[in-house]
Amino acid sequence: MAFPEPKPRAPELPQKRVKTLDCGQGAVRAVRFNVDGNYCLTCGSDKTLKLWNPLRGTLLRTYSGHGYEVLDAASSFDNSSLCSGGGDKAVVLWDVASGQVVRKFRGHAGKVNTVQFNEEATVILSGSIDSSIRCWDCRSRRPEPVQKLDEAKDSVSSVKVSDHEVLAGSVDGRVRRYDLRMGQLFSDYVGSPVTCACFSRDGQCTLVSSLDSTLRLLDKDTGEMLGEYTGHKNKEYKLDCCLSERDTHVVSCSEDGKVFFWDLVEGALALALPVGSGVVQSLAYHPTEPCLLAAIAGSIQCWREEGYEAEGGTG
Amino acid sequence: MAALGSDSDEDLVSYGTGLEPLEEGERPKKPVPLQDQTVRDEKGRYKRFHGAFSGGFSAGYFNTVGSKEGWTPSTFVSSRQNRADKSVLSPEDFMDEEDLSEFGIAPKAIVTTDDFASKTKDRIREKARQLAAATAPIPGATLLDDLISPAKLSIGFELLRKMGWKEGQGVGPRVKRRPRRQKPDPRVKIYGCALPPGGSEGSEDEEDDYLPDNVTFAPKDVTPVDFTPKDNVHGLAYKGLDPHQALFGTSGEHINLFSGGSEGTSDLLGDVGLSKGRKLGISGQAFGVGALEEEDDDIYAMETLSKYDTVLKDEEPGDGLYGWTAPKQYKSQKESEKDLRYVGKILDGFSLASKPLSSKKIYPPPDLPRDYRPVHYFRPVVAATSENSHLLQVLSESAGKATHDLGTHSRHQLNASKRGEMLGETPVQGASTSVLEFLSQKDRERIKEMKHATDLKAAQLKARSLAQNASSSRLQPSPPEVGHSSWHVASGGRTATTRASNFKPFAKDPEKQRRYEEFLVQMKQGRKDALERCLDPSMTEWERGRERDEFARAAQLYVSSHSTLSSRFTHAKEEDDSDQVEVPRDQENDVNDKQSAVKMKMFGKLTRDTFEWHPDKLLCKRFNVPDPYPDSTLVGLPRVKRDKYSVFNFLTIPETASLPTTQASSENTPQHRGPDKSRKPSRWDTSKQEKNEDSISEFLSLARSKVGPPKQESSPSVKREEEPAPESLSDKTANQAVDSQTEGEGSRPSMDLFKAIFASSSDEKSSSSEEEQGDSEDEEDTGEAEVKSSQETPLEASSSVEPATEPAPREPAPPFPIQKMQMDEREEFGPRLPPVFCPNARQKPEAPQKEKHRKSKEKHKPKKEHRRKKEKKKKHRKHKHKGKQKSKKSEKNSSSESTDSSDSSSDDEGAPDLSPQELLRRNPCTWAVICCRPGASAGSWSSMQSSWDSKWNMGCGHLKQQLHQLQKFCT
Repeated sequence: MAFPEPKPRAPELPQKRVKTLDCGQGAVRAVRFNVDGNYCLTCGSDKTLKLWNPLRGTLLRTYSGHGYEVLDAASSFDNSSLCSGGGDKAVVLWDVASGQVVRKFRGHAGKVNTVQFNEEATVILSGSIDSSIRCWDCRSRRPEPVQKLDEAKDSVSSVKVSDHEVLAGSVDGRVRRYDLRMGQLFSDYVGSPVTCACFSRDGQCTLVSSLDSTLRLLDKDTGEMLGEYTGHKNKEYKLDCCLSERDTHVVSCSEDGKVFFWDLVEGALALALPVGSGVVQSLAYHPTEPCLLAAIAGSIQCWREEGYEAEGGTG
Repeated sequence: MAALGSDSDEDLVSYGTGLEPLEEGERPKKPVPLQDQTVRDEKGRYKRFHGAFSGGFSAGYFNTVGSKEGWTPSTFVSSRQNRADKSVLSPEDFMDEEDLSEFGIAPKAIVTTDDFASKTKDRIREKARQLAAATAPIPGATLLDDLISPAKLSIGFELLRKMGWKEGQGVGPRVKRRPRRQKPDPRVKIYGCALPPGGSEGSEDEEDDYLPDNVTFAPKDVTPVDFTPKDNVHGLAYKGLDPHQALFGTSGEHINLFSGGSEGTSDLLGDVGLSKGRKLGISGQAFGVGALEEEDDDIYAMETLSKYDTVLKDEEPGDGLYGWTAPKQYKSQKESEKDLRYVGKILDGFSLASKPLSSKKIYPPPDLPRDYRPVHYFRPVVAATSENSHLLQVLSESAGKATHDLGTHSRHQLNASKRGEMLGETPVQGASTSVLEFLSQKDRERIKEMKHATDLKAAQLKARSLAQNASSSRLQPSPPEVGHSSWHVASGGRTATTRASNFKPFAKDPEKQRRYEEFLVQMKQGRKDALERCLDPSMTEWERGRERDEFARAAQLYVSSHSTLSSRFTHAKEEDDSDQVEVPRDQENDVNDKQSAVKMKMFGKLTRDTFEWHPDKLLCKRFNVPDPYPDSTLVGLPRVKRDKYSVFNFLTIPETASLPTTQASSENTPQHRGPDKSRKPSRWDTSKQEKNEDSISEFLSLARSKVGPPKQESSPSVKREEEPAPESLSDKTANQAVDSQTEGEGSRPSMDLFKAIFASSSDEKSSSSEEEQGDSEDEEDTGEAEVKSSQETPLEASSSVEPATEPAPREPAPPFPIQKMQMDEREEFGPRLPPVFCPNARQKPEAPQKEKHRKSKEKHKPKKEHRRKKEKKKKHRKHKHKGKQKSKKSEKNSSSESTDSSDSSSDDEGAPDLSPQELLRRNPCTWAVICCRPGASAGSWSSMQSSWDSKWNMGCGHLKQQLHQLQKFCT
């Protein structure tokens, strides 16, 4: 007679501020967890990229080499390399350990809004204000992109990559999903400039935030809307949104200094986390734990669930 | 024994020295090993370097000057019996024996010295010696050297001899030339006053001349240059009396002390010793007759000074070398060429010309006019347009040239085509191709029209201003008419010929235009009085003057740049489908319907576009994904070629793009698509037919653009913007009717439908309800006419509610077979209604629709837990929604028809910003119907409808006709 499966814990929301890191690199344009969530990257407006341990608050390394502010960064699945894009129109591939620039991909005609590795970190996809997404090959020394996805009519604000899909949100109000396996492009019209689009963790839905202060959860296959989340303020800025670690909640930045949590299914506002005064520019959600990083002004804050206790001993 | 030995010896041949026979019992000697083989000197010492002067160190007693007893100086002893020698020490006294040995520093062995080693070894030196001897103060001294012959010859000599060389010859291939007498063997010794060897000058001439052809001779030996320095005090090139000459009788000759140098020496060098002169001995005043001389006839000959040159003449020495004493070989050749002018070496392969070159003619420079100034002044450049031809004429006249003849225009005034014409060239082919010809016929016409209009306007303007100018210039003392006519002619009928004949500056006044054309023609013919002739004689003087000016200006203004321009363009070398441009095959269709869908939160099919997209092969590889289109080389969205100049490429009609697309894709996709690729059937995929409609709509819009002004007045786009209120209702009715019709036709209600409804009603908010009511009845009738046939369409459903409450409507012709077919289709892809989220929207049809859809969705989505939760939630919500709808529905049912219409109006808030034009563009029938509206009654409408329907199938070709009919119908 087997024991019954332990009932899954009720989802917890990060409500306790654990750490506030003053990054010292100007405005923090983006904050990103690495793959396992142990480290984070902050993109500064002072042209640097910094690698932190957010829970302990230690700065591990500073990567400098961009010619202008860094707008987005991503880390590879094996934590061996980083990529970042910035206002200097370049996409940079970094070596984590040495802090050296491995490659610099130039070709975008405008600043690079967003960068992503593919699953195996063999390709960097970068979305730029020049309304194109370029796929850069990290394996070869080719200076040109492998492919240029220029279907967007306006700046590409967000790019996300799954194992065989590329999800791109554009200011032209569309979310385009390039399915490599099917060889098809699905374009969903949202109506308002898309600031961020992301996959749900189960890969069935896409969450789209747009400048009409609305987040929409769309069915990936059909494009139907499954939920709509409002209450926050997003009229001007490119703000991030994401889903919580178990897809239970929808999280979004807001221009009123809060981070909003909605229940994914019910669509009701679950929590409005007062992060500070000003615009919460970017956020990152831990892949497995209820841990949120929010970037506001020049600092990032780490939020954990209520019952979290800092593991001082382990360091 | 000896005999025996000799016998045995006869048989055997023995070489070398035999070993000593071994004695009995003696072991054979071991050979001395190498390291023991040493060389010792005669004293048994190891032979090393020895001797104080040969570098050795073991000198004296253990390298000392002492002895075993020590060093004792020699003592001087002298007694009476034994006198001591007066000893003089020589170096040898201090030397060791080794130093005096054969290889020592002062060998005592007797060796042939250099001087005696070989006489011929150093022939050069010998010759120099001979020369020195010849020129020496005592002549003949060197002859003694010949007495001593060399003991041996060097190896070089031996080798050369073996190769056939003989002394006195040169080295090299044999040549054909006169044999030279060889030098007598030096070993033949001549003693005393015997005839010494010595060549005479004339010996060659006197020798026998028998020269067999096949005899060759060794080349003459090369004589080395004598580099002996001048160390005497004689004058330069002075030599004493040649002993040969002096002795051997050249007395009769002129002794040239100066010129004899080269010849004399060469002779001297060449064959010193050989002489067989007839006159031997030393003769002359100073010497008397020698004992051996037989002749003594001229012993009294006087040597006079006249035989000597007293002056150094500058006459050439005869060889033309002017003192250049080159090697003498060239001398003989020179003689043969003496007659020729050219002196010098002639290159191989060249020969001297037999006849001299004719001298060049020299032309004297021209005589300059007296008033010539060597400075050039540029005349102002005046282009040869007719406008300034007057000025040109003046200029040319001032320049002294008459340019009246047009054919003799200066070449700078001619353009390329004119020059070509004069040269008889066929005109450039490009002349016939203008840019216009690359355009499609349609566009060309359009451009032409436009141009015509603007031209007309411009011409009128210009003409007016010119007329004013002319009138103003009239007031001034204007140039006389003669001047006019002259410059007209000068300006060239030629330009007028190329003038665009289609240009009509006076089109407004046909009479004037006619006169103008006549004027042009006459000017073309080159008539001077062209202007006068074509003017209307009935006109007043002032009018005529004015017109003359106008014509003149008009004629000069519109010189066509046709030919010059066209010659600058050429056809593309490679055909690039000149009128085609690449356009993405599928385009995201118009945003507007999506916008409305978004407003209605109808995400899904309405907001989604699906395209075939080809990822790069490498990208697929990097993503670890199989290439979905393994056979295609395409990357990105497939592109198609489209008419480049079509305006419709740039319009926002999405359907225009999709019409050829679907066809193309139907052709293309089979090869692109992998077998595993099953396309998900979506409602959008049914749109082939719809797209057909759209293409018709395109055509319609085109037709509309072509229809003249009268139609435009009734054009809805114009009208509606201006005055929406009174007509909006009928618009609506028309739209609805049309919509329902399209429904009947299409398998699903297109987005256009919704838009049409909503947009139109949004415009008509202000419309009065009474009017609406009255008209809506008609409209509903017509709607029903269509609706009857189909049951599922929500719109129909809504309208089908009404018939129940109303008397049976007049029914138009039953639906066409097409419609049935479409109905079938409809079952599969049920049409979807706008969602019900406005409170008073028609809800009834919506609910089942949604239900069905949801079901289908659930069917194909077995999902994760939370997903299901989501689903459930959604369902729940939808139910709620439905409930609301139902309540509203009931409410609505109770309301009258008028509310229905108002419903529809409120419905339309969903798409407030849909402009009527767009609507029209998208909805082909709308416009046509609107056109008919004014007089349309229900009955007429339905009949018209049927006719329309029948025509509908006939394709676009009849549409114009159709329109025409419709129009007629309405009026």
